[in-house]
Amino acid sequence: MIELTAGFMPLTDCAILIIAKEQGFAEAEGISLDLVRESSWANMRDRLSIGQFDIAHSLAPMPLAANLGLTPFDAKLIAPMALGLGGNAITVSNTVFDAMRVAGAFSITDAAAAGSALGAVVNERAGVQGKRLQFGVVHPFSVHNYELRYWLSASGIRPDIDVDIVVLPPQLMADALAAGQVDGYCVGEPWNSVAVARNVAKIVTVKAAIWSSSPEKVLAMRETWAGENRDVVGRLLSSLYAAAQWCADAENSPVLAEILARREYLNQDVTLLEPALTGSILSGAKLGNDLPFFEPYARAATFPWQSHALWLYTQMVRWGHVVHEAGNIKIAAESFRPDIYRESLSASGAAVPTANSKVEGALAEMTAVGVSARTLFLGPDGFFDRKVFDPDEIEVYISAQK
Amino acid sequence: MSDRLPSVLIIDENAERASIIEAGLLAAGHSKVTIFDSVKGIAARIAALEPDVIVIDLENPNRDMLENIFQLTRAVKRPIAMFVDQSDAETMQSAIDAGVSAYVVDGLRQERVKNILDMAISRFNAYSRLERELEEARGALQGRKTIDQAKSLIMKSRGLDEDAAYKLLRKTAMNQNRKIVEIAENLVISAGLLGGLDD
Repeated sequence: MIELTAGFMPLTDCAILIIAKEQGFAEAEGISLDLVRESSWANMRDRLSIGQFDIAHSLAPMPLAANLGLTPFDAKLIAPMALGLGGNAITVSNTVFDAMRVAGAFSITDAAAAGSALGAVVNERAGVQGKRLQFGVVHPFSVHNYELRYWLSASGIRPDIDVDIVVLPPQLMADALAAGQVDGYCVGEPWNSVAVARNVAKIVTVKAAIWSSSPEKVLAMRETWAGENRDVVGRLLSSLYAAAQWCADAENSPVLAEILARREYLNQDVTLLEPALTGSILSGAKLGNDLPFFEPYARAATFPWQSHALWLYTQMVRWGHVVHEAGNIKIAAESFRPDIYRESLSASGAAVPTANSKVEGALAEMTAVGVSARTLFLGPDGFFDRKVFDPDEIEVYISAQK
Repeated sequence: MSDRLPSVLIIDENAERASIIEAGLLAAGHSKVTIFDSVKGIAARIAALEPDVIVIDLENPNRDMLENIFQLTRAVKRPIAMFVDQSDAETMQSAIDAGVSAYVVDGLRQERVKNILDMAISRFNAYSRLERELEEARGALQGRKTIDQAKSLIMKSRGLDEDAAYKLLRKTAMNQNRKIVEIAENLVISAGLLGGLDD
């Protein structure tokens, strides 16, 4: 039995890691997972980089940030697997929600309508002292930050000019909102449902409505460690793939919620985890092709698309986190390692995409694609503003968003 | 950079631990030491203070927010290189083990920062040791109470004196290769279940 130490943050999207341990998938591959709960992404990055963790539940942009030299350590990080698609939401205070309702009708799965309602509220408040809205995100290099900014911009709201965006730890979001320190936030579950249950806020839209089938958390590890432990990485990915499949089975949702709720994991009331895991967070509204709020397995949900990494890179450039130069494209793309994923899972008969990248936003509907062994369904993968990201035209995309 | 000792800001919600670090730094001649024990309005307070080194407790969930603030301050021409000298892997390991991290203004001489971090590490460790000892002392006190309870249960049910009751406990513990306090605990719990404590 090989012992691996894995860091995780108490969020529902750490489900695959926890289930790999709790349902015996890791053990079946000869791996004993030691799960360590972390309190900040900065700690996660530090402890992974210096080798106290072998693997980590990671924000998707974290390996890019490390490899682009934006973090304190030299260690190169890679993501050979994603830990699911979707799973975030945007939540606003009751006051902002009521004002949005007056401005225009919208449903939780219609990000465009929600965005234009928010735009009207921002306009009303423009220039009024103390009325500028403030939104929270969990980390500057997070999908939360980039998708919130994308949604605001495409809705005609300029981040940092029309509204402020601040960083707050997820577990303090609901308190900050209740205390009026922020007017809304973009965060993973259960922190949207927590504020809703406390009656201080409402969810206005979800990640899957802003960008369908979009990345969120990944499995991160040091590149050197992965190189020295290829066999272990292969077995680890097989076990996580099996765990993802287990998590996706609706019959397992009650057990999944019960396990995640435990004191050593999320330490939350089980009823606060159910909305994300059963999909009831959507309150009956539908996403295209019944895309779930959080997809742990289907639609190649664990495949580390390099086009996802590259889109995140375009947003890092857009918001001034990194200055664009041609050489960065390769660094960003290779932070995600579909080759390792394929090598680890192909033999098992898993349906693995043959391409490393896809045109994001090309699939308006769920589509069957030819893969190595079986049929695989992908998408829909569109952005709510109908823009398309073609990784082969990344320079054009970057210039167009300035 | 002048020869004066760098100014240090300690961000720690554990005020007691923060003051232990402060005392250590003051004793080492650092006269400019400030403690923030809450993160309320911290961006403005950091900007006003302009510390050379920021020492922070790693369990603080606000670390991501603080790093973002440091990054923003860098944008207004106050460069802060994160963490201490990266080449010193050993210090980094022991800092993380101790639960402390430091952020440093660019250009500060490494050996000075290292002294500060070493001080913080040893004080963090000393504090943890202190806490652990306190916890053990509390546990020992609780243990003695449990043993006393068990003794009186045995005295009552077997009609033994205190010394004989203790010897019986000790013999049982030795036979089962367990601690006396465990045997006593089991006895007290089962007596509680059977109503023995209510008599």
